Order: sequence, then structure tokens, then C-alpha cells
Amino acid sequence: MLDLNSVSKNFSGLAALTDVSFDVKNSVIKGIIGPNGAGKTTLFNIITGVFPPSKGTINFDGNDISHKRSDEIAKLGVSRTFQQTYLFKTLTVLENVMLGRHYRTRSEFFACGLRLPGARREEKLIREQAMECLDMIGLAGKKDRIANKLPMGEQRYLEVARALATEPRLLILDEPTAGLNEFERDDFLNLVFKIRDMGITILVVEHHMKFIMKVCSELVVLNFGEKIAEGTPDEIQNSPKVIEAYLGVEEDIDY
Amino acid sequence: MLTDVIQAIFAALPVGCIYALVALGVALIYNATNIINFAQGEFVMLGGMSMVTLYGEMHVPIYLSIFASVAIATIIGMALMKVAYRPGKNTSLIIVLIITIGASLFISGSAMHIWDADIHRFPAFSGEKPIVFLGAAIVPQSLWVIGLTFLLVISLVCYFQFTIHGKAMKACALDRTAAGLLGIKVKRMVLISFAMSSALGALAGIIMTPLTMIDYSGGMLLAIKGFSAAMLGGMGSFVGAVIGGFVFSFLESFTATFVSGSFKELVTFIVIINVLLFMPNGIMGPRSKEGLEEEEVLGE
Repeated sequence: MLDLNSVSKNFSGLAALTDVSFDVKNSVIKGIIGPNGAGKTTLFNIITGVFPPSKGTINFDGNDISHKRSDEIAKLGVSRTFQQTYLFKTLTVLENVMLGRHYRTRSEFFACGLRLPGARREEKLIREQAMECLDMIGLAGKKDRIANKLPMGEQRYLEVARALATEPRLLILDEPTAGLNEFERDDFLNLVFKIRDMGITILVVEHHMKFIMKVCSELVVLNFGEKIAEGTPDEIQNSPKVIEAYLGVEEDIDY
Repeated sequence: MLTDVIQAIFAALPVGCIYALVALGVALIYNATNIINFAQGEFVMLGGMSMVTLYGEMHVPIYLSIFASVAIATIIGMALMKVAYRPGKNTSLIIVLIITIGASLFISGSAMHIWDADIHRFPAFSGEKPIVFLGAAIVPQSLWVIGLTFLLVISLVCYFQFTIHGKAMKACALDRTAAGLLGIKVKRMVLISFAMSSALGALAGIIMTPLTMIDYSGGMLLAIKGFSAAMLGGMGSFVGAVIGGFVFSFLESFTATFVSGSFKELVTFIVIINVLLFMPNGIMGPRSKEGLEEEEVLGE
């Protein structure tokens, strides 16, 4: 489904990613791990079109998306959440999710501005679909709350609901459990499985090892911008290269 | 005395409408981009001057003239967007601000060469005969200004409050990156906001010219007053922009009536400076500093 072909990224001379290749198959949950600064978020930014790769190609369902704009990639069915939540802070919960459906509206600016009957029907439909997403995620009761007034955990859920509203086929989660406590993390685990069972492929970056080993069927390990291992959680846990990379980090934590 | 007060109110109402429309234009672009557009007054000038030529001198039918004048300003507004809006280039807000001031001077300078340096007007929409009310006079054009402003404000508020397009435009200002990733065409939204804002300015120019007259240089002062009105009201708030516009026009009108006409700008700018110093968030603005924070630029 998603196919990365020797993707590299330089930031004014600094190599953030070097020749990273892997693929993500349909309906799996694939994880990306690696020490801080390994290039995980950079990789996500490239896949979703925040910036283009310096070298290499990315294919999504047979389309080359390496140089597409983020709204074009979103239309093809890729959606994501962020490390820090990027909600529209001053809008309500429901409005945030409705905006996830915005691009599917056909009505143009004037039809919408004049509130023509077709546009009004469409808006009603968007509202209903957004409510379905909120229902599934368990936030329907808080639809009129302002987004940044929600507790952190619920903001994460809201971001997922908003991403789901775009009807993605690939959902990218960037450290989704950061700031969640143990119970919330278990809840989130079930949510991720539920999303996979809907037929959505998931790519996830996460620091919390217990979580990622439980949730993923395949893992890619990055270190200093290079892929150093790929395989099942078991294989990864026993890979000497991975142990070295992580132990190396541990040794540094003397200060 | 009562007549003086009513006369001052009659004078303040249409002027307040114009300030409010300019402030709304400023708020509109700010809401979609966080850019403060000091060229907003030039759209008013362009609308008025185009109307002088088309309707006043060439006697083109009035609706066609209005349409063409608005179109001219809108095209220039969209061109301004191409110059001033540069996402992802890490351009600081100060630079963008200077670009809009430069654009303002460029447009008014060009206008002086295209037209001339004289003051112009064209006949009012429905006659010049003042209507007398409690001894004070109001010309019919003032009623046009008040009525049209009312309609424009209501439709803008509805657009942002009740349509998904309006929400999407707000979303672009709140978080450009997230909006793009949801499939919202951010650039097109920004273009629409510049187009709406310049059309709004041109309409203001068209309805005010029979009352106040216009020349090539009228834009800058209007932009400063519109900006101040938007600041006083709370940057980004539409209701605030309208309130701000009327506060300034009433201040001016009452100073001119009861103190002296030569003091009116003086009093206005003393208020503006105090607003900037002591209540930078304005009347309807956010209580915390957060709302006015510079947007974050993600990536390159």
C-alpha cells in the first residue's frame, strides 16, 4: 500500500534521513521506533507532504506522492495526528471533526455562502458523519466543548476522530500515547485495534515500548536517519544492532 | 443642544459604517492568515475611484459600474495576496507588514498617475435632498451606507458562524499545517479571504464616495483607522471590528461638533495609542496573550 524507496532528507547539509526504504502492507499496524532525533517525525512529515524528500520516491496505492501537496495526499486517503496535538483550539469538538470532512464537500464557496438548499443538505450530512466519528471515539457527549478545554487524553482522541473523519485508508499516529497515563494507554490500544478492524492501515511512532510491542505486527527501527532493522516485534527485540543502538543511548544517560 | 447631538450622531453613523467595513476587511485577512493588511484602505480608494470613472464620467449603468469596480479591486486584492502571503518561507510578520505598507503606497501612487490628484465624487444613489429629523439633517446616501453595512456585516457573521467553508477559513489561521493535512486547500482559502476583503473595501468606497468624496491618497488614513478599530474591538473579532469603527466615528464627530474640527484626528489618535498601550487585546479579543501569538511555522 505504502512504498518508500531510498528516501533521503537533508536540512541545509544536515542529513536527517538517509536511504530509508520499507513498505507497509494493507491492514497491518506497522511501528517505527528509534532514539530521539532518529528522523521519525521527519519521515512522517515527508509522507504527508509537509515537505518533500531530497531524494527517493514514495508510492501510495500506485500513486507517486513524493512531491504532492499535503491536501492532495489527504485526498488520496492518508491522514495523521501529531506529537503535540494540532487541534483548532478555539473551535468546538464537533467543528474540529466536521473540518475533517470539509474536503469531501462539493459545494463551492458561493453556493455555501448563499446557503443554497444543496449546500445546506450537504452540511447536515457532514454534521451527521462527524457525529458518527465522535460516537465511535466516545466524545459525542462533549461535542459543543471548546477543543483546548478538554483534558489532554481527550484531545488525543479528538485528533484521532478528526483524522478518521477524512476517511483515510492509511492513518499515521505520531506518538499518540505521549501524556497519557497507564489506563488511558490501554484504552488507546483498544481504539487502535478497533481502527485496524475497520480496514484502515496504521503507521505509528511511539516511545513507549510496551505499547508498541503489543500493538504492532511489524516494526522498523531508525537510528541517525538510517534504517537499522525491520521485522516482527520478537525479531527486533533480539536484534543485536537494535540492542546496541538502545544500549548506546542508555550509557549516555549518566548525567 | 439636542439638535447638535442628533446632528453629530447623524454625521457619525455613516462614517462609523465605513470604518467598520475597513476594520472588517482587516479582521477577515487576519483571521485567515494572521497578516495585518495596511493596504486595506487602498481597496476603498480603488472602489470609489473606479466608480467615479465608470458611473460618474462614462455613465455606465449603476449595477454594472458597481460590479466592475468591485471586480477591479478584487483582482488587485488577489494580486496582493500573491505578494504578501508566503507560507513556509519563515518570513516574519514585520516583513509582511512592511510589504502591505509598500503595496499601499504603490497602489495610491499608481492611482495618482492613472487618475489625477483631484478630489472626486459622483451623484448619490437616490438624490441629494436631506431628510430633516428633529431639526437635524441626514442625506439619503447615509441611509444607503447604514443599510448596506448592516447587510454585509450580517452575511459575514453568518458565513463564519454557520457554514463549513467559514469554519475552514478560520481553521487555516488557527493551524495552517493541520488544515492542509485534513485536505483543506489553504492557499485557496487565503485567496478567497483576500478577495472577500478587497471586495468589501471596494463596496465601502462605492457607497461612501457621494458622501465624503475621494482622491488617490485617501486609503492610508482609512487603513490606519480601520486597523485601530479592529485593534480596539479585538483583532479577529467581527463584532469587535464594528464596535471599534463606531467608537472612533462617534469620538471624531463629537469632538468636531463640541470642541473643534481640527481636534478630531488628534483625539482619535490619542485613543488609538492608549488602546495599543493598555488594552492590546481589545474589547472582544482573547483575555490571554495567546490569541495574538505569532503562528508557528512547521518545517522549512
